[in-house]
Formats: sequence, C-alpha cells, structure tokens
Amino acid sequence: MSEEFKVEIVNPEKSFLSKEDVTEVIVPAFEGEMGILKDHISIISFLKPGIITINSKSGEEKFFVEDGIVEFKDNNLSVLTSSIFNLKDVDRNKIKDLIKTAEDEANKAEINDQARFLVNQKIDVLRSIN
Amino acid sequence: MASLDDLKKRIASVKSTQKITKAMKMVAAAKLRRAQESAEKGRPYSKKMNNIILNLSSGISDKENAPKLLSGSGNDKVHLCVVMTSDRGLCGGFNSNIIKKARSYFAKLAEDGKDLKIITVGSKGNDQLKRAYGDKIIANISFKESKHANYFDAEKVGKIVIEKFGAEEFDVCTIFYNQFKNVITQIPQAQQIIPLNVENLEEEKSGDSYEFEPDEDEILSNLLPKNISTQIFKAMLENSASEQGSRMSAMDNATRNAGEMVDKLTIEYNRSRQAAITKELIEIISGAESL
Repeated sequence: MSEEFKVEIVNPEKSFLSKEDVTEVIVPAFEGEMGILKDHISIISFLKPGIITINSKSGEEKFFVEDGIVEFKDNNLSVLTSSIFNLKDVDRNKIKDLIKTAEDEANKAEINDQARFLVNQKIDVLRSIN
Repeated sequence: MASLDDLKKRIASVKSTQKITKAMKMVAAAKLRRAQESAEKGRPYSKKMNNIILNLSSGISDKENAPKLLSGSGNDKVHLCVVMTSDRGLCGGFNSNIIKKARSYFAKLAEDGKDLKIITVGSKGNDQLKRAYGDKIIANISFKESKHANYFDAEKVGKIVIEKFGAEEFDVCTIFYNQFKNVITQIPQAQQIIPLNVENLEEEKSGDSYEFEPDEDEILSNLLPKNISTQIFKAMLENSASEQGSRMSAMDNATRNAGEMVDKLTIEYNRSRQAAITKELIEIISGAESL
C-alpha cells in the first residue's frame, strides 16, 4: 500500500505548491510541531511562524511560513498562508530584513503577550535558518 | 458651414484622440489578461477558506458564545459600507455601476432608519459619493501606488474594518464591488461580510467531524479576521479585472466612434472642397462669358 498523500499550499495570490507524492509533512502548529502521515485523522489547526518540512519521493523541501491554517481531510493536506517562501530560494539579505522588521515589532511597547510570543518565535526561526 | 481649414483641424484632432483610445484599449487588454489570471489564481485560497469556515461554523455547538464576527453584535443599527472603486477614470460605466448599486442600498437603509457609515476604497468612488454622503464617509483609502491588487493592501482595509468592529462602531458590514463576468458584463455586487452569512457560502457541506487544535473557538476567532481580508482581496481582484475589462470595451467603443466621426468629417471636408472648386469655376466661367 502506498504511503503517499497530497499536499497543496495556497497563498492569496496563487497556488504556491501542489504535490501528490508526499510521505510526511511536519508543520509548526500553534501548539507545537505536528507531523502528518497518510490517513491522519481530519484536523484543522493554525500555524505559528516556523518551518514546514515536506518529505516526498523527490526529496525533502523546507518552507518558512509566518502564519496560516492547515486542514487535513481525506488524505488531502491544505495549507493556507499569506506569507511563505522556499528556504532554497531565499537569500540572506531578505532574511536579515525580516529579522529586523520583526525585532522592531517586538520592541514596540503596545503589543500584547500573544503577539510578542509570535514575533519572538519568528525571530528565533529566522535566526536558525540564517 | 465650417471652413476647410477648420474641418481639417477637426479631423486631425479626432484622429489623434482615436490613437489615444486605441492605445488605451491595447494596454487595458494586456492588463486585463494579467488581472484575470490573478483573479483565477486567487480563487483556490478563498474557496478553501470558505470551506474551512463552513465546516467550523457548522461544528460550533455553542451559538451564543460564537465569535462576534460570525454571529454579529446582536444589533442591526449601524451599517458600514465599503465601496470599492477604481483610482482611474475612462473605464465606461465601471464606477457608476458600483455607485448606483451602493446608492440604492443607502436609500434603503435610510428608509429603514438605519445609520450609515461609508469607507471608500479608490478615489473615484470618493469623488462621486462625497457630495451627497460626505458626512457619512469615515475613511477613504486609495492604492494609487500599487500596480495591481495585492494581499497586503487588502489586509490593510481588513484591519481597519476589524478595528472599527472591535470598537463597536458598526453592526453590519457590506462590501460593494464589480464581479467580473466577461469583458462586456460586470455585475455590481453587494456582499455582507460581517456578520458572516454562512448560509450564503456556496459549497457542499461535508458531514466530517474534525479534530481541532487548539479548540474551535480559538481557531474560528483566528480565522475570521483573515477571512475578512480574504473576501476584500477577492473583491479587489474581481474589481481590477472588471475595471480593465470595462475600460477595454469603453475604449473600443470610443475608437469606433472616432472612426465614424472621421469618416463623416472627411465626407464633409471633400464636399465643401468640391463646392469651393465649383464655385470658383462658375465665377471664372461667368466672368469669361461677360466679356
């Protein structure tokens, strides 16, 4: 029996990625990293800033996301996100820019605890891939 | 009758106008293709978003404690209307159609004794509405700098709407935009986004039960603001495709009309030229005869 399922990543502007031969996806769900294999129970969750890892026959791919929603149903995994990029394609300077804007945001006085947590998380992840 | 020189000048000026309208039509056609593409590419996102929300809201057991963006504020007094138009003119009835739709809606609200607040997106709508409804317009947003509709802009509008809803400045929010059907037809739409009309979301209902992490309420309250931005973005995409389509057909008409006008003027020009020649000939002949 095949152990593959379908994953689709869409952002508001276009369908970002669609793959049929995926064996495992690790998403940074809000309450911790979550690995999804075939025949996972139907689930809806949302993402915190982190790395999505997609393991497929053609190898491993990693993407950075800032936020989003994941839905898994009938062996279809949909990820809706407004900001995503492939770690392969991104250059150092862009990451540095992102870290800088995130840090500026973190230093603002008026943000609440949840936003602060998310921003800090983002900074950590960005630093780790830099 | 106008003199030959005047006619010549008029023909030249109509011809140069025709050149402009022709060029605008070409540009609009090229932009339309891009706008249409991005509208199509944007569809899966909003469709998926709708699906998830539908599944979530049907699963919610405790209707009373549902997030306010879904259930409404409990009142129906203050209506916020987001009127989305273009920043540029010369696009046929595009802006007027939206405004007309919005105005009739405003009139109905006034009849029912509701309060009205307006946010205009795009400067043309603001221009047309500010005379009659100037005191109702609470914000005017314009994206003149952005080349085409992008999600970042939509999010900005979404944030303003949500902020105002959070501050209890309105109860119901409706957006007005043109839905792109084809180049000739654009349908002005009024779509209610707050509270979300779950029954109106088209899509098959799946009876599947989901596992939620964290719980439904939290996901829903996280998702609904995103959905507002998504809906606004969808409207922006439809609008930009409609704008280009409408401009294309308007400019096509203008080019054709200019062509007809040139033909007419040319005939008139030739006639009066001939008349002048005939007149001169008669003068010469009768002058010769009298000798």
